[in-house]
Amino acid sequence: MDISFVLIILLFGAAATYFVGDKWASKAALIFSTAAFAATIYITYLFIEGIEPVSFIKVWVEDPKIMLAFEADGLSLTMLLLTTALTPIIILSSFRNTIKNSRAFYALIMFMAFAMAGTFISVDGFVYYIFWELSLLPIYFIALIWGNGDYESRKKAVIKFFIYTFAGSLFMLAAFIFLYQRTGSFLTINLYKAFLTSNEQFFIFLAFFLAYAIKIPIIPFHTWQANVYQKSPTAGTMLLSGIMLKMAIYSIIRWQLPIAPKPAAELMYVFVGLCIAGVIYGSILALKQTDLKKLLAYSSLAHVGLIAAGAYSITLDGLRGAVLQMIAHGFGVVGLFYAAEIISRRYNTGEISEMGGIRSQTPKFTSMFLILVLASVALPATFNFVGEFELLYSMAQTNIWFAVIAGTTIILGAFYMLRMFQQVMLGEQNTKPFADVTFGEGFVFVTIITVLIVFGLYPKPIVDFITPDLQAILVIINRN
Amino acid sequence: MFVTGIGTLIHVYSISYMHDDENMHKFFAYLNLFIFFMITLVMGSNLLIMFIGWEGVGLCSYLLIGFWYKNQDYNDAAKKAFIMNRIGDLGFLVGIFIIGYLFHSVDYTTINAALSSGAEIDMAWLSVAALCLFIGACGKSAQIPLYTWLPDAMAGPTPVSALIHAATMVTAGIFMITRMNFLFNLAPDVQNVIAVVGAVTSLVAAAIGLVQNDIKKVLAYSTVSQLGLMFLALGLGAYEIAVFHVITHAFFKACLFLGSGSVIHALHGEQDMRNMGGLKKVMKITFITFLISTLAISGLPPFSGFFSKDEILMTAFHHNKALWVIASLASIMTAFYMFRLLYLTFYKNFRGTEEQKHHLHESPALITVPLVILAILALIGGAISLPTGSWLNQYLAPVLAKPAEHHHLDGTTYMLMGIAVVGALIGIGIAYSKYMAKSAVPPQDSEITGFAKVLYNKFYVDEIYTAIIVNPIYAIGSFFRDVTESVFSGFIFGLGKVANILGGEGRTLQNGSIGFYLFAFVLGICSIIVYIFLAK
Repeated sequence: MDISFVLIILLFGAAATYFVGDKWASKAALIFSTAAFAATIYITYLFIEGIEPVSFIKVWVEDPKIMLAFEADGLSLTMLLLTTALTPIIILSSFRNTIKNSRAFYALIMFMAFAMAGTFISVDGFVYYIFWELSLLPIYFIALIWGNGDYESRKKAVIKFFIYTFAGSLFMLAAFIFLYQRTGSFLTINLYKAFLTSNEQFFIFLAFFLAYAIKIPIIPFHTWQANVYQKSPTAGTMLLSGIMLKMAIYSIIRWQLPIAPKPAAELMYVFVGLCIAGVIYGSILALKQTDLKKLLAYSSLAHVGLIAAGAYSITLDGLRGAVLQMIAHGFGVVGLFYAAEIISRRYNTGEISEMGGIRSQTPKFTSMFLILVLASVALPATFNFVGEFELLYSMAQTNIWFAVIAGTTIILGAFYMLRMFQQVMLGEQNTKPFADVTFGEGFVFVTIITVLIVFGLYPKPIVDFITPDLQAILVIINRN
Repeated sequence: MFVTGIGTLIHVYSISYMHDDENMHKFFAYLNLFIFFMITLVMGSNLLIMFIGWEGVGLCSYLLIGFWYKNQDYNDAAKKAFIMNRIGDLGFLVGIFIIGYLFHSVDYTTINAALSSGAEIDMAWLSVAALCLFIGACGKSAQIPLYTWLPDAMAGPTPVSALIHAATMVTAGIFMITRMNFLFNLAPDVQNVIAVVGAVTSLVAAAIGLVQNDIKKVLAYSTVSQLGLMFLALGLGAYEIAVFHVITHAFFKACLFLGSGSVIHALHGEQDMRNMGGLKKVMKITFITFLISTLAISGLPPFSGFFSKDEILMTAFHHNKALWVIASLASIMTAFYMFRLLYLTFYKNFRGTEEQKHHLHESPALITVPLVILAILALIGGAISLPTGSWLNQYLAPVLAKPAEHHHLDGTTYMLMGIAVVGALIGIGIAYSKYMAKSAVPPQDSEITGFAKVLYNKFYVDEIYTAIIVNPIYAIGSFFRDVTESVFSGFIFGLGKVANILGGEGRTLQNGSIGFYLFAFVLGICSIIVYIFLAK
């Protein structure tokens, strides 16, 4: 069994979900996504034990030479695991919603998982680019058709997002075409070896940067984010924030830095500085939000800013922290948006001012929500702490002031998250009734919290799994 | 042992104090979680583990202060405590980073070995690291400028105040500095900063404590003030004395808090001393234990507070006379406000409502037994480090880089002891003449004027912080939200505009299915590029 098997399951699952009809669509999607997760675990097992090679390489097009090449290493397997683990959770989280034309909805989710998984494991630049763009289509329709609020304003936000990210990606395509002309290949191993002048590297770096900065997003390319997060159905928001933006951070590590290491090193301060500015900017904006999902969107902006800063710092701690925090943030943010979804489902509003006084009615929901909030502010014993500690430590290695400024995130983060929690959950009992979590809802929360706490207490397996690959990538980045 | 010992007593007490609360199980869960993190903090062998415990106790403090979550004021207090602590935590974290960078390790023994082996270490960075650690200690141990959370933290249930905000958690900063004493010894500038901050904190907090009317607030400011004295000792390099005072303070302050809890319990939640009085007759055990602890905190022999406080004053006298004057003033004030508290609460006639008077009662044994134990400890606790022979110093010797200075019992020493005792008596005397002889009761809030008003409002520190830190952040937030966000979305590539125009055109061309139109458009571009490319 090789790694392409996961892609086949997801693609087949998307088709099957569509054809079983509205009634069974959600179950089919859940079964296939869980199967994909199981397959990923099995492949990871094969990979670690070295039982059989799990990479897949076939020539797709002879001229120009495009390879269907999917390679497994610790880094891409980790990201693949994140994708396939979160997909069933996201599908499960929509179970209690009544969705019109649900077979299309779930099929699109499955298709998106397929495209994102492909992005994480492709080592051929062209195939990677196709997957990258393919992932944009399903989320576009999911947000447009099943989103919240007024259709016109939603359309505006979603189209802006689409054009914005698509335009950024075109620069990346141009970079790939240029690289192909130079090397005659799209494969990473050949691209890493390409001899490029500083000038060429600079433009390639910039082209990649535009694509990634919009997707992550790094300020000032983030303006699509909050509106799309707010207006998408929650499953769409989870896909975007939980997995899709990680594609861009992963790509920084896999593609941008090793292919164009010179400008990465020379302009390190500029890019890290920009990312850190995003941390502060997002945190302060989060304080002023009145809509729960928008608040979470800006908090996500702050967190991914720190992750990107770690990646751009080109230190082992930074890269490792970025990967760890991607996983932690992926699970954490999905949990938080799920909590927001549950509240707005029951109170039919996203406005924080209309909430409050929920805690006394729902002990279980409160505890789970609080743990997620605390994980989000990176309290020790949660996985987020491990990631954030490594990231801040990498900042300290580049420049102690970076660590101090980025470190204010632990203060501001506590400020806006606790303030939000207080306004949403605490206070005199709300007159509107609020039912405690159902079994299904509780299951989602418990799964997420278990992941965050288990790896928070014992992150060693993941750290050991990714460190050799990151070291290898660092060697490539520092090759001259 | 120290943490668990006090912890056990508080648990026993809490059983009774919290018996009619609906969320009692949660309360005990939090309390035990706190003890767990506190043990993590003190038992860890490196700074990272200490940091984990450090943040963990902060979390428990947050949960316990906001325990009565229906009251948003309490929630505000909890949030404030957590955020103030986080400011300190950032300092601690940066300190850890610098140490990790300098020594490639955060292990105490490794750092100690590296320092004593005389390896080349950048002294400037070392000082910065020490300063950062001290900022962390300031947050946790409520020193200027991060002390304002502690008085607010009194919103929590009283056993919590006693355990966390008097006896254990707030001393974590002192523990940390003592643990890292070998580092601080090499940074004399930072030591001076610590000493000055400690002395000023003790004076400021004591001054505020003079006029507070909430029984727990008085004790809270007294805690801040006593912590300031401990930091003074740390800054002077007298770690063993600081630890000594931590221990004695834990005994008598826990006893005072639990005593005040007993009083509040008897009065059904009344905390304003202006509505108390005359409780001596009904609450005999509470009164006696309270009296012992008050004498101890005022520094009268032979109570435990005398020995530890006297040592601090003596060290200060030998190092710097100005610090000694400040610390002595703070001690006199302490004696005054503690006896003011005692007189207002237990003497004269009851000033509360008739109904409260009717229900006055002594607390049950679960409350009084811990009180008695703590009072006994407050009485004899000084014995662990008598000037003539100190068990504590020997116990701490392996941890401390410098052996403890040994004081000879000479004339100066006796003179200083005498001054300290006389000072305490003066404070008590003033309190007596005002509240016993003249039977004065503190005026209502609106009648407070002049400097007393400034003190009563805690030097307006909270208001100043709000004005210069919190409000600007909100203002920047509004600016970002209303101005920069639209600037960014308007001008970066003008893409937002392009989207609008496209959207507008799409509407006129293909009413309603703009999404599909756009999709076709993008796919078109895509296929053209691919076609050109493949046909090459």
